[in-house]
Amino acid sequence: MRLQYPPTVRIIEVPCTGKVDIIHLLQAFEYGADGVIVVGCMEGDCHYQKGNLYAKTRVKRAKEILDKVGLGGERVAMFNLSSGMGGRFAEIIKEMTNKILELGPSPVRGAAAKAKATGAAGEVTA
Amino acid sequence: MIKAKPKPLEEIIDNVKDFNKLLIAGCDGCVTVCEAGGLKEVKILAAALRLYFTQAGKQVQVDEASLTRQCEKEYLAQLSDRMDGYDAAVSLACGVGAQYLAEMYNHKIVFPGVDTCFMGVNEERGLYSERCQACGRCILAETGGICPIARCSKRMLNGPCGGSDKGKCEINPDIPCAWELIYERLKTLGQLDRFERPVEPKDWSTSRDGGPRKIVREDLRI
Repeated sequence: MRLQYPPTVRIIEVPCTGKVDIIHLLQAFEYGADGVIVVGCMEGDCHYQKGNLYAKTRVKRAKEILDKVGLGGERVAMFNLSSGMGGRFAEIIKEMTNKILELGPSPVRGAAAKAKATGAAGEVTA
Repeated sequence: MIKAKPKPLEEIIDNVKDFNKLLIAGCDGCVTVCEAGGLKEVKILAAALRLYFTQAGKQVQVDEASLTRQCEKEYLAQLSDRMDGYDAAVSLACGVGAQYLAEMYNHKIVFPGVDTCFMGVNEERGLYSERCQACGRCILAETGGICPIARCSKRMLNGPCGGSDKGKCEINPDIPCAWELIYERLKTLGQLDRFERPVEPKDWSTSRDGGPRKIVREDLRI
């Protein structure tokens, strides 16, 4: 298909979205991600029966947590695609990239860099 | 098992926002089963707090630990060489574990990270319901294995009351009438004659009415 999509995304493959835990989603933000999307199979099509449904509940909880800690739950999202929906996958990456560009960098990244800079200054004055 | 639910994140953040070194201490016992405590929940809470502090521009150390059980000194002792390094701890154990952690390290501030609710069963994942109130004198043999103390809203010993409606309790149509359940179960067991013998008034001194309780088993003590 040779579809083009922005090179902003790093793909992490998992055997099933049921493997994706809230911890993984939150750690991605700790490591500096500006947004995370979970792409699972269509609902009802999970080879392991409920993997994508588990992922859905975890993404929902991750959204709630991100809202409460000040990052914004809209930075994480889940989509359900089949293996024949490459076109839609490319569209989603474009849409999510645009959304993240609108939102700006994750406040964690900016704050971490700032803290590092002021921390270094603090060491000098101490 | 003891059932608990996670405290709202805002409440935990409000408790710990002024500290610089925090330990999130989980318990791998009961509260892990209902996904309120345990290592996984510790990691989630710790990551959430780190994200909160980082975006707020604060450098706060948030460490993680989870003990086999927080209600035993031997397991709590595993934190003895670490606790001095923290300003405060958030306990993801039931109220028992949180209190014992605070008792063992009485110079440290311990915040509860869960709301401990009751002793109950896992009906299914994410659905837990009460079965026992630890009244200290079990009457399940008399009531077909269904506890009217825990499951009847009025704790009636000779039910049902007039509020039982089509097998449901008057306080909430989602709550089954315990005495309806007892009746059906005794009928299945062929023990309906049990209803001909009223239950005598219960001795509540073994329940909370007798104050904080203690079990002393001389046969086990050295």
